[in-house]
Amino acid sequence: MEESQEIKDSVRLERLLPGQTPVLVPGHSFGTVTDKIVGIVLRRPVTLGWLVGFAIVFGLLNLLGLAVVYLVFRGTGIWGINVPVGWGFAIINFVWWVGIGHAGTLISAILLLLKQNWRNSINRFAEAMTLFAVACAAIFPLIHTGRPWLAAYWLFPYPNTMGMWPQFRSPLIWDVFAVSTYATISALFWFIGLLPDLATFRDTAKNPWARKIYGLLSMGWRGSARHWKRYESAYLLLAGLATPLVLSVHTVVSFDFAVSIIPGWHATIFPPYFVAGAIYSGFAMVLVLAIPIRAFYGVKDMITDRHLDNAAKVMLGTGLIVAYGYGMELFFAWYSGNGFERFMMKNRMFGPYAWAYWSLIIFNVLIPQVLWLRKVRLSPVRLFMTSIVVLIGMWLERFVIVVTSLHRDFLPSSWGHYVATRWDWATYIGTLGLFLTAMFLFIRVMPMITIFEMRMLLPESRVAPEEVAAHD
Amino acid sequence: MTNHATAETPLYGLMAEFEDPNELVKACRAAYGQGYRRMDAYSPYPIEEAAEAIGFHKTSVPLLVLLGGILGGTTGYLLQYWINLYAYPLNVGGRPLHSWPSFIIVTFEMTILFAGITAVVGMLGLNGLPQPYHPVFNNPRFSAASRDRFFLCIEAADPQFDRDGTERFMQTLNPRNVTEVLD
Repeated sequence: MEESQEIKDSVRLERLLPGQTPVLVPGHSFGTVTDKIVGIVLRRPVTLGWLVGFAIVFGLLNLLGLAVVYLVFRGTGIWGINVPVGWGFAIINFVWWVGIGHAGTLISAILLLLKQNWRNSINRFAEAMTLFAVACAAIFPLIHTGRPWLAAYWLFPYPNTMGMWPQFRSPLIWDVFAVSTYATISALFWFIGLLPDLATFRDTAKNPWARKIYGLLSMGWRGSARHWKRYESAYLLLAGLATPLVLSVHTVVSFDFAVSIIPGWHATIFPPYFVAGAIYSGFAMVLVLAIPIRAFYGVKDMITDRHLDNAAKVMLGTGLIVAYGYGMELFFAWYSGNGFERFMMKNRMFGPYAWAYWSLIIFNVLIPQVLWLRKVRLSPVRLFMTSIVVLIGMWLERFVIVVTSLHRDFLPSSWGHYVATRWDWATYIGTLGLFLTAMFLFIRVMPMITIFEMRMLLPESRVAPEEVAAHD
Repeated sequence: MTNHATAETPLYGLMAEFEDPNELVKACRAAYGQGYRRMDAYSPYPIEEAAEAIGFHKTSVPLLVLLGGILGGTTGYLLQYWINLYAYPLNVGGRPLHSWPSFIIVTFEMTILFAGITAVVGMLGLNGLPQPYHPVFNNPRFSAASRDRFFLCIEAADPQFDRDGTERFMQTLNPRNVTEVLD
């Protein structure tokens, strides 16, 4: 009787459609959601599976270390970049990683403002994903300078002995400000969200060291009503600030291209099309992480099929915007009447990199159309595979944009060809190692689902106005 | 459940424990109605009504964030203005040094950066965090405040506080228990 009431409550509160899974499977209480999420970190022993996985990704991280050290010794000549393709893998990977980060902020900030409470169970690790993806992204432009230890005065305005200042009319400097602001705000947002959960860890941990460390990190949080009120206010404001910020970041990234005069880059469609692509690949990465995590850690009652379904729909929607972008690129090239633009498009479709363009269309436009089918959206395995396809597709998109436009621009005498070397690949795969190593550690030491927001999803968390007023 | 305060350790307050957020909000309203002001409610997730009930209606976090944003935007713009016109003027094809459209993005990013940092630092500062010691943690039951329990603490510093009278009042609020909290 009571349980059916609970189900009714959760159905009423979420206004579920018939046949839809609720955001949190009924039957939980304040205590059980807390214990379950805390238990993953504090009670669950380190398993063999985790160790093997960690060993692999940590090995990849060491590959990154090796690649960067060798780069510092030998210079960027170890990569495939040269005139005319000076950007190559470094910029492709930078844009790809920054884009992936965007889904985390979309989930934590924009969906919060839109009162989409299904975000509550995936926002924490999506935010972690943002942080780690931005860290991976930031490595590329830095090492692309070849002498990252000098990059400080090229990039940041600080009074130096040479009396030199950065060029503020350059999109590259805008990018430095956009990405570093984005990294800072994402880290703050993540930490503030963690604060009450760290207090829960402090109060639950048995190990004295764990108590001390979580105690230090939680800053003495005690859940006071006054504190919560300021907290909610600050959190909402941060969400409001992060929303225009996240849209600005990929817009500014697209300016790196669009402000130049290179055929195929100088297009007004770039900002919206880059932002949509960012969210597209970001949601794909969220699914690639969420699907195995919820299976391994048994949290399918918190990260439900409903989450997968919603994320798949966001992917489908943004994927269609991206497809529209590709269509518009074709149209612009034709309608501009500009010979160089037309040649660029023809070269992109039928030139030496045609394989990349057509793979991109297949991976990013054609295959993801399976997401129209409910059967695919509700099947974790198929959804996982579609997400991998989208991630590859979005990587190819950046490859096509960077390489095909640069390798043949205006003068045939300056045309060239670009091939990535093994060090390009080592650096790229190495950042995958960095990303996954950070993710593996994060899951073991921090609550991967926001505990206090899960409590708020429970029907009993709501204060009934009539009941409270009756006492006065 | 009550342990008596010794002469050496003064009393911080009395704390009532509840299992239900409605009970907590009701208790807060009743205590406010009785004239208590030096009190606080503790809960494992934000309860807007509890803050309202103890008479905490407005926070100055939004104002601080606004000021932080204005400061950030001004700093960003003036920094670029000063660099481009005075510190390091570069004549690129005779274009104006004060090329304001190209300054907009950095100004915007600096606005967000300063406002965001102010939101976090301001919230922590107004809350008095980080705070290494607080008497409420002396109650061994209080660790449940970050799990599944709700607490109301009326502080001894309240002018209306009376060790026995306040306890009698708190017992009427239908709590699980009322405990002394030592300072």
